[in-house]
Amino acid sequence: MKKKITININGVQRSAEVEPRLLLVHFLRENAALTGTHIGCETSLCGACTVLMDGRAVKSCTVLAVQADGRSVTTVEGLATGDQLHPLQDGFWEEHGLQCGFCTPGMIMCSHDLLDRQPNPSDSDIRQALNGNVCRCTGYQNIVAAVRNASRKMSKPVAARAGAR
Amino acid sequence: MTRNGKSNGASSNGGKGNSDVRWFGQKLKRKEDPRLIKGISHYTDDFKPAGMLHCAFTRSPHAHAQIKSIRIDAARALPGVVAVFTAEDTTGIGPVPCAIQMPDLKVPSHPVLATGRVRYVGEPVAVIVAEDLYTARDAAELVEVDYEPLPVVTDMEKALGKDTPHVHEEFKSNQAFTHSLKNGDVDAAFKKADRIVKQRMINQRLAPIAMETRGVLAEYLPGENRLTVWSSTQIPHLLKTQISLLVGLPETAVRVIAPEVGGGFGSKLNVYGEEGIVPWLAMKLGRPVKWAETRRENFLATIHGRDTINYVELALKKNGTILGLRARILADLGAYHQLLTPLIPQLTALMHAGCYKIPAIQIDIVGVFTNKMSTDAYRGAGRPEATYNVERIMDIAAHELGMDAAEFRLKNFPQPNEFPYTTITGLTYDSAKYQESLKKALKLAEYDNLRRRQKTGLKEGKYYGVGVSTYVEICAIGPSAATPAGGWESGTVRIEPTGKVTLLTGASPHGQGEETTFAQLIADELGIDPQDVNVVHGDTMAVPYGIGTFGSRATAVGGTAAYMAAQKLKAKMSTLAAHLLGVKPADITIGRGRLTADGGKKSILFGDLVLSAYTARNIPPGFEPGMEATHFFEPSNFTFPFGCHICSVEVDAETGEVKIDKYVAVDDCGNVINPMLVNGQIHGGIAQGLGQAMWEELIYNDDGQLLTGTLMDYALPKAHCLPEFTLGSTVTPSPVNPMGVKGVGEAGTIASTPCAVNAVCDALAHLGVRHIEMPLKPERVWRAIRQAQSSGPKSESTKSKPPAKATSNARRPRA
Repeated sequence: MKKKITININGVQRSAEVEPRLLLVHFLRENAALTGTHIGCETSLCGACTVLMDGRAVKSCTVLAVQADGRSVTTVEGLATGDQLHPLQDGFWEEHGLQCGFCTPGMIMCSHDLLDRQPNPSDSDIRQALNGNVCRCTGYQNIVAAVRNASRKMSKPVAARAGAR
Repeated sequence: MTRNGKSNGASSNGGKGNSDVRWFGQKLKRKEDPRLIKGISHYTDDFKPAGMLHCAFTRSPHAHAQIKSIRIDAARALPGVVAVFTAEDTTGIGPVPCAIQMPDLKVPSHPVLATGRVRYVGEPVAVIVAEDLYTARDAAELVEVDYEPLPVVTDMEKALGKDTPHVHEEFKSNQAFTHSLKNGDVDAAFKKADRIVKQRMINQRLAPIAMETRGVLAEYLPGENRLTVWSSTQIPHLLKTQISLLVGLPETAVRVIAPEVGGGFGSKLNVYGEEGIVPWLAMKLGRPVKWAETRRENFLATIHGRDTINYVELALKKNGTILGLRARILADLGAYHQLLTPLIPQLTALMHAGCYKIPAIQIDIVGVFTNKMSTDAYRGAGRPEATYNVERIMDIAAHELGMDAAEFRLKNFPQPNEFPYTTITGLTYDSAKYQESLKKALKLAEYDNLRRRQKTGLKEGKYYGVGVSTYVEICAIGPSAATPAGGWESGTVRIEPTGKVTLLTGASPHGQGEETTFAQLIADELGIDPQDVNVVHGDTMAVPYGIGTFGSRATAVGGTAAYMAAQKLKAKMSTLAAHLLGVKPADITIGRGRLTADGGKKSILFGDLVLSAYTARNIPPGFEPGMEATHFFEPSNFTFPFGCHICSVEVDAETGEVKIDKYVAVDDCGNVINPMLVNGQIHGGIAQGLGQAMWEELIYNDDGQLLTGTLMDYALPKAHCLPEFTLGSTVTPSPVNPMGVKGVGEAGTIASTPCAVNAVCDALAHLGVRHIEMPLKPERVWRAIRQAQSSGPKSESTKSKPPAKATSNARRPRA
C-alpha cells in the first residue's frame, strides 16, 4: 500500500514510505519536520501552506506527497542563506508585512513565484497575485509594500545589494 | 542597535552614542519577526512531544436532536485507534464556563461533549484518540450516532414568539436575558422632537477566522503531577485557572503555554470544551495528546461575532440638535454561553452615546437562544454594533434633515474643553478632540472634491457616494469593577546579572508586536537598548498571573504595568547607585548606560550597578539583593480612542457592484510607542470592518445548517478587494495612565463598517435608498436600486412610536 518517494526539500533529498493519500504539507511538517509551512484550511483556499514545487507556487495541502516524488520543493525554511535573509523576508520585516505571522510563509512563497515571473510588478499585479492567500491581520497594505520592497532590492545587481547591507 | 553595533532598523535615528534618542515613538522593526519570516517559530500544532497522540472529534450534523444511541465499536476497532470517549466518560470534566452573572441570566448546562441532546451543528459528541491524525479523523467518521431530529429555531425574532421550539426545554423560553440602560427623560425628548428618525438594522453574524485555527496540546507527568497545556489562546492565565477547575487538578499543577498564536480577534479570548477534554485525555491515557482544529470545525465550533437586530430611533430638533436616542436590540447568543457571551450586548448598550451629546437614552436588549454556535467577543466586541447603529442613524438623520453628514456631526460633538466628558450612558470619556479629527479627515479625503465629483457624476449617470464615520471606542479594558475576571495587568522587570533585561508581561500578544513596543518603553526607562530587553509572555510558569490580550488593553494596561514596574526598579537602582556614589537617591540621574550624580561628575555604569545588586557585598542596610520589580496595575478608568474615517465609493447602477476608491482614516489612540505597528493595527482593522460591510456573512438555513461554513463560501477580504488606505492621526494623550496611551487594536474595525455602508447609501440616496443590510453584495445593492426605482423615494421616519417589542412574525428584510 505504501509507496516509496524521494523529494528534494530545500536541497536535501528525503526518502520515505508514505500512504498514497498523505498530503505534501503533512509530509513536510511531519516527515521532514519543517513546520514553517502552515495549515490554514486544508482546502487550498487560504494559501498558508504555499510552497514552491520545481520553482512554482503550489498549495501543499492539495498536493499529494506522491505527486511530489522526484520533484524539488522549497519551503520558507529554504529561503535564507545562513543569516542572510532572502530579499522577500527582508521586505516583510522592513515594511511590517506581518503581524501574527501565520500566513507569512505562504505569502512569501507566493510572492517568490510572482517576482520570478514578473520582477517589477505593479501594486495591482501584486494584489492580484496574492488573491489566493488570506491574511487576517494586516489588511494587505504592508504585504504589498513588502513585495514592492523586495522587487526593488532584487532588481538591483547583487554587488550593489550586498553593499547596501 | 545591538551592542555589537549591528543595525536593527530604527528607521530614523537611534544608535549607541546618541544619548538623546527616545525609543518611545520610533518606527522600530519588530523583534519577533526574524523567527516568523524564517518559518522557525512554533505555533501549537508545531510541537510534537515524544509519544504524542492525535485526537479528532465527531460532531453533530444536526442543529437540534435527541441522541438515541452512540455506537463506537467500529471506530474503536480501527487499527491505530487508542481510545474513543463520549459524554458518559467525560462527566467528570466541565462544564464549559461562562464568566458573566446577571440577575435574570439563564445559564444552560454546557457539557464538554453533548449529553442527551445536540443543540447546534458542530457540537462535539465523541472524541477519538489515535496514533496518527489520519486514523483519528477516519475513526471520527466511524462513530455511529442515532439522532432523532427535533424542531430547530434559528431566527431570533421567531425564537421569541409563542409557537417556537425551545433550545433549552427547562427554561420554557428562548429569552436568555434582558438588559436595559436608561438615562434622561427619553419620553419627553421624543415628545418634543421636531423629527424622529427610525431604522431597523441587522448586524450580521460573522466568523473571526484567525488564520491559525484553535489547537490544544497537553502532556501530563504523573510523578511531578504536572499538566502542561499548549493552547492557541489570548488568555493563558485565566485558562490555567479554568483548566484546573475543568479537570480537577490543583491550579499549581497546571501550566498553560500560549506559544506563537496565529491571530485571535476575540475568538481565543475564551475557554472551550476542547481545552478541558484534551488535557483530560493526556492524563487518562498517560501520553501527550494534540488536537488541531480544522477550518471546518473553526467555522462551526469556534465562537461567532455580532448577530444582532437593532431598532434604532433618534429624536431631533429641526436644526439637527440631538434630543434623544432609543434602541431595542435583539442579540442572537446561539445555543450555549461561552465565556463572555452575555456580556457583549451589554458593551453595545454602553457605547450608544457614540461621540455625541445625547441628553436622553434608552437601550433595551434581549438575549436570545437559537440552535447555532455561540456568539462572543469578535474584534470590537459590542462596540462595532453600537457604532454601526449610531453612525448609521446619524447619517440617515443628516440626510433627512438635508444637512451635510460632517456638518451634522460637528454640531453634536462635545467640545474639547468638556473633557473628561460624562456620557448619558454613564461613562467618563477621558480625552478627545472630535472636531480636530473630523476636520483633518475631511482635508485628507479632499471632501469638497468628493462632493463635487458626486454632483457632476450624477449628471453622467454615475453613482458616487461619500461615507463619514466618527467613532469613539472603549479600550484598555478595564477597571476591575467593570470586568468579570479582573481588569488589571501584571508586569515584572528583571535586570539579569549580565545587564540584559527580562520583562514578564501578563499580556499575551498574538501578532500585536508587544515584544517590540514593550522593549521600547522599558529601554527608555532603564537607559538601555530595546535589543537588550527580552519580553516574555504566554507561559504561566514564567510569568506572574495576568489577564491577557483583548479589548485593546495590552499596551494601556499591560504596558503601564511594565512601566510602573520599571519605576520601582529605577527607585531601587537609584538607592544602590546613591549608596555606591555617596550621594542621595534623589541626586541620581538614570542616563543611557550609566547612572550619574553631581552633573555627571560621579557616575556608575549600568552593568556595574546591576552586578553589584547581585553580588550584594556592598549594599545599603535593608536593601534587597537582586534587581527585579513587579507591578500589578489597576486602571482607574477605560480609555476612549476616537477618530474619523471617510471613504468614497462608486456604485455600478447596472450590476450593484461597489468600488471603494478612497479610504481615509484619522485615528487618535493617544501617545504612540511605535507608529509602524499602530498603522498596521489600523490597516488590519479597516480590512476586517470592510469585510463585514461588504462581503462576510455566516448564514444558517432554517434547519440550522451553516451554509457559509468554508472559505469558499465565506467571503473574506483578499488583497485585490481592498483599496490603499490613507492614514492620518491626531494625538490626544490619555490622562488615565502615565504614558498617555489608549489602545488601537479594534479602532479600524469599529469605524470602517458604518463608513462603507454610509458611503453606499449616500451614493443611492438620490434614488430614495435609505438603508441596505450588510454585507453589501452586488445582488443586494442591485435589488435596493431596483426597488427604489420602482417605488420612488420614501421615508420611514414618523412621529409614531416603534413597536414595543418584536413581533413573532417579523422577518429578516430582503435587502
